[in-house]
Formats: sequence, structure tokens, C-alpha cells
Amino acid sequence: MAKSLFDKIWDAHVVKTAPGGLDVVYIDRHLIHEVTSPQAFDELEARNLPLYRPDRILATADHNVPTRNQHLPIEEPLSRSQVDKLTANCEKYGVELYGLGHARQGIVHVIGPELGLTLPGATIVCGDSHTSTHGAFGAVAFGIGTSQVAQVMATQCLLLSRPKRMRITVDGELRRGVTAKDLILYIISQLGTGGATGYFVEYAGSAVRGLSMEGRMTVCNMSIEMGARGGLIAPDATTFAYVEGRAYAPKGIVWEQAVAYWKTLYSDDDTVFDAEHHFSARDIAPMITYGTNPGMGIALNGNIPSEVAASESESFDKSLAYMGFQRGESLLGKEINYVFIGSCTNSRIEDLRAVAAYVQGKQKAKHVEAIIVPGSKQVEQQAISEGLDKILAEAGFELREPGCSACLAMNEDKIPAGAYCVATSNRNFEGRQGPGSRTLLASPLVAAITAVQGRIVDITQYLN
Amino acid sequence: MEKFQTLYSSAVPLPLENIDTDQIIPARFLKATTREGFGENLFRDWRCNADGTPKPDFVLNDARYSGQILLAGKNFGCGSSREHAAWALYDAGFRVVISSYFADIFRGNALNTGLLPLQVTDAELSNLFALVEQDADTQFVVNLPEQTLHVPATNQTIHFDIDPYKKECLINGYDDIDFLVSQKQAIEAYEQSRTWAW
Repeated sequence: MAKSLFDKIWDAHVVKTAPGGLDVVYIDRHLIHEVTSPQAFDELEARNLPLYRPDRILATADHNVPTRNQHLPIEEPLSRSQVDKLTANCEKYGVELYGLGHARQGIVHVIGPELGLTLPGATIVCGDSHTSTHGAFGAVAFGIGTSQVAQVMATQCLLLSRPKRMRITVDGELRRGVTAKDLILYIISQLGTGGATGYFVEYAGSAVRGLSMEGRMTVCNMSIEMGARGGLIAPDATTFAYVEGRAYAPKGIVWEQAVAYWKTLYSDDDTVFDAEHHFSARDIAPMITYGTNPGMGIALNGNIPSEVAASESESFDKSLAYMGFQRGESLLGKEINYVFIGSCTNSRIEDLRAVAAYVQGKQKAKHVEAIIVPGSKQVEQQAISEGLDKILAEAGFELREPGCSACLAMNEDKIPAGAYCVATSNRNFEGRQGPGSRTLLASPLVAAITAVQGRIVDITQYLN
Repeated sequence: MEKFQTLYSSAVPLPLENIDTDQIIPARFLKATTREGFGENLFRDWRCNADGTPKPDFVLNDARYSGQILLAGKNFGCGSSREHAAWALYDAGFRVVISSYFADIFRGNALNTGLLPLQVTDAELSNLFALVEQDADTQFVVNLPEQTLHVPATNQTIHFDIDPYKKECLINGYDDIDFLVSQKQAIEAYEQSRTWAW
């Protein structure tokens, strides 16, 4: 029978089906960080359980770390205590930790792929909803809660119901200035913030195939923003070329065997999906969000909707009131105060290159504060070796040290109440970037142009 | 995990859609390393001004409403996977959230915390909001073994669905970890049977 890519991977990881129909699913890779792991380690301790497979876990400190002076002790006591706790737990249980100061430290969803830990056909979990990022490699990857983190620590398995399957096909060629970020913001704006709840999404079509691995990661990263359990893309030559030679990737004859297997990972021709959506790449323009969930997105030169369904009216108006916008208006010309380029969505070398390529020889607007937070130490080093740090500094952008930073503002990087921030991150929820902050999600290219112009513009007029 | 069987309570209405876990518990309060105390910061930025004083128009600060049931608009719990959202609701005294739609990760986290996500239809949800609006003291009976939500005042009974395994876990206070640990032999056999080495 025809099988979807998702089912091929899922089936290969079912240890057994429990009475009642839930599957015991084996997890190949478990990524942990300082925020959602301490209570899970405590649970092992309380139940007197060992950590079952320490070699399948990798830890890093990313969520609340400062992005300046990482060589100094963390000033904020609660953040420091959480990072210290992670270090102590990793030492005690024998977990590899790429902590602050380590050359491989970074955002958990950036370092997994760049180290070659993220592989096609694998099951990957992390106590973080953006674990869907790893689906870009043709992996089944999804975020879990802390109780589940403890379950994986204790048994390397989770008890799960099989999600429904959705395929989203985008065919055609993306227009100039339209990036992977615009593609996924467009899809979410069409399906809504809960539009894929209960589904695992496969992204397909020539526009998706044409994306780099960085672009594919951006797309899969935001699957959760339409409620999907995860998103994935069939592995192909682009995937294999990215993975080959990375630190944890298979080598030699094992590599050959792995690639031979990975080439079987695609949805069979006559696979029936529970839901299908088709979009044309030509319909996608550079996007921006205007509201307080990622589904509230429009083309930069579009207008905020005037009409919404009656049941959504109260939430919609509350959202616009928070943002200081009106129904039906255009965002063009709105002055912005901050630009944040970073997060597990857009902090990879390709993103930094796109920003540097645009801002070279230009200056950010005087009233705008522009910060760039690389996704990892490796990205930071690469940027420096390519001279991007100098280009960015000359344009008035501040290149920080790696971490989640102002995406969720757990550290010092916060947007003040009432200020507008164009961010390359993934969530524009109320207060996400600090209490009262107003976030507009966009691509790194849109963010770079906005920083230079100081206001929202139709970027198609400003491309180099 | 505590056992859940039957609950008699009034409800607190929050008729907004897409309530995300950043609202339920903002990220800056996720720095604790234990599970306790998150209730204090439940809906912090909706409940309190920047100086910590209560916002009088938020429902949790409205003396008319109380109870262990939160009645919320559709797509409740979207966004971050933080289980702290379920812990905060539980710590603040809630045992049931009723909505017409739950985000997947939140649903799982709630069930693992002993908080029942009770899903009704959009029409039933509007009706429940209307009942609480008319009378803030409207009582509800949540009967998990029977999978029913009953409103004595109107003699209305709504049947709800729940995964049979998760239902048993809640009723008996079992965690998934108990079950998974009991499967060690099968897990080891699976590991032995794998043909790939990467």
C-alpha cells in the first residue's frame, strides 16, 4: 500500500502498539536545554530511574543566555541558576553539553543540523515547539512537554497517537525578494493559526524543492504556528550535500548505506493524505504580520482585513488594539523602533549573508536599534570569517553572541512596551518580546530593508 | 499525578480565541527549576499592570467569577510547548479547561498534569458562555468516567470524547512514564532489531 514519508519514518520507529491503539515510538535524538529539562531530571531522581540512553541526548544552553559578554558569569541570578542546573545535571547523568563558551554552543535547532545530529529518517524531540525545524531533513521531529522529556530520558520512547497527514504543495518559482520566510508566513495566513492542528505536514512541490536547507528549516520551523504537530520535507540531493561531512554524520561505508536508505524516504505516488492544500509560488509576495498570532499576516503592500467572522471579532479587535492598528489600513509608512534578526527561524549563515548583502554600504535609520543574534557559535565564526561582522557594524547593526534572545525575551534582550519591532523570529504573541512589545514578523531581507528605511516599505521598490 | 473522577464547580469565562501559552505563563516566569508556584503568574500580563497592581477588568480579578473550570475560546493553548502553562493553571486551582479546540501539545501537557482538556463543539461553547454570562454562579458537573458535562440548571448534558487510555490514566492518577518503564523489554528488543547504525 502507498505510504507517506511520515508513515515510513513513524512505522520504522514503532516499538509496539499498546492496547487502546497508542504507539510506543522510539526516539533517535533528544535535544535538551536549560528551561524545560530541570523538572524532568528531578522526575528521574524522584522515581529513582536511570537515564536510559545518555548517548542519544545532547544539551545546550540557549533560551535565557545573555547575548553580550558570554565569557563572564551570567548576571541574572535565575537564568544563571537554570544554566548551572543544566550543567550539574549533564555532569551527573553523563550527557554531552555544549554550554556557554563552547565552540558548538547555540540555539538547539541550529546546532542539531549544523553538527549533523539531525538526519533524514530519524525521530527527534526536544522540549521546545520549534523542534519541527529538523523536519527539513526528512525527519519526524516535534516539540514535547517536560513530562515527556522525562519519559524519553527514562525509556527513549513516547506513547503517542498517530497524527493525521496533511500535504502542502507549493509549485512554481518564488518572485524576486520572496524568501522561505514569506512562503511559510503566506501558508499560515491562508490556513490560520490553528489550521493544521492534529496534523503532521509534508511540504512538497517545486518551490519547496528549490529551497536551500536553511530555507527548508525556516519553513518547517513555523509548522507549529499553524498548530501542526510537525512539518517535514522529503530528503534529496540538497539534503545529502548539507549533511555530508558534518561532525556527527555517518562516514564511509555507513554513509553510503545511509544515503541508500534515505533515498527511499518519500511519499509514494498514490499516497492519500487526510488533507491537501495547493498554492502557487507566484501568488506569494514579501509578507509581514500585523496582529498577535502568526496567522495574522499580509503582503507588505496589502491591507489589514476589514471584515472577520463574527466569532473572531472580539479577539481580532483586541489584537489590533494591542498593536495600535486599525481594520482595513495599510502598514506602509509605519515607523518602527527595533529590528531583531535571529531565532531558530532565521539566524543561520544564509540569513546573515542576506542581511549583509543588502546593508553593505548603507546605514540603518537613526531611530532604529538593529540587533543580529547568530544562531550558534559556528554561525558567528563563519560570519566573522566572511567579514560580515564588519559590514554589519558599518551599517549600524550590532552583532551579538548566540542564543534565543529577543525571540522570547527570557534574557535581557527585550523590546520596550509600546515599541514596534520587525523580527525574523516566529511569534508575535502579546508580550512575546517583552511586556507590551509589538512584534511584526518578516523575513531577514524585509527586516534589513526596514532597518535602513526606518519604516515599513514595499521592499520590491528597494531591492539591490 | 492526582486522580480525577467527578468535579462540581462554577466556571470562569475567557471568551477569546487562540489563547497562547505565552499569555497563560509569560516566558520570563519560566526560570524556576521546580514545578511549583507557577499559578502566581498565570495570565500575568492580562491580570496585572506593569507595576503588579491588578487590572480590574480581567476576569480572574472579577469577584463574580470563581471555580475550578476555565471556559475559553477555541484553539486554547497554542504556541510554545511549555508544560509550565498546564502547571500554572493547575497550581491556580483549575482542574478542567473547556474549549471547542485545543492545541495538540497543550492537550498532552494538560493530561500529563492532571488537568482535563474538555472539548465541546463551537455551538455548545457559545451556549456555555451565554449561561455563565447570565448567571456567574452556574454550576457544572464534569463526570470523567461517564464522559459527560452536565448543567443542572438547564438539565443539559454534553458528551465529550477522550482517548480511552488517557481517561484511565486520569481516573487512576497514572503517568505515561509508568507504562513506558514497564515496556523496557520490548524497547530493548526493538533496539536490537534495528538494522541501521547511524
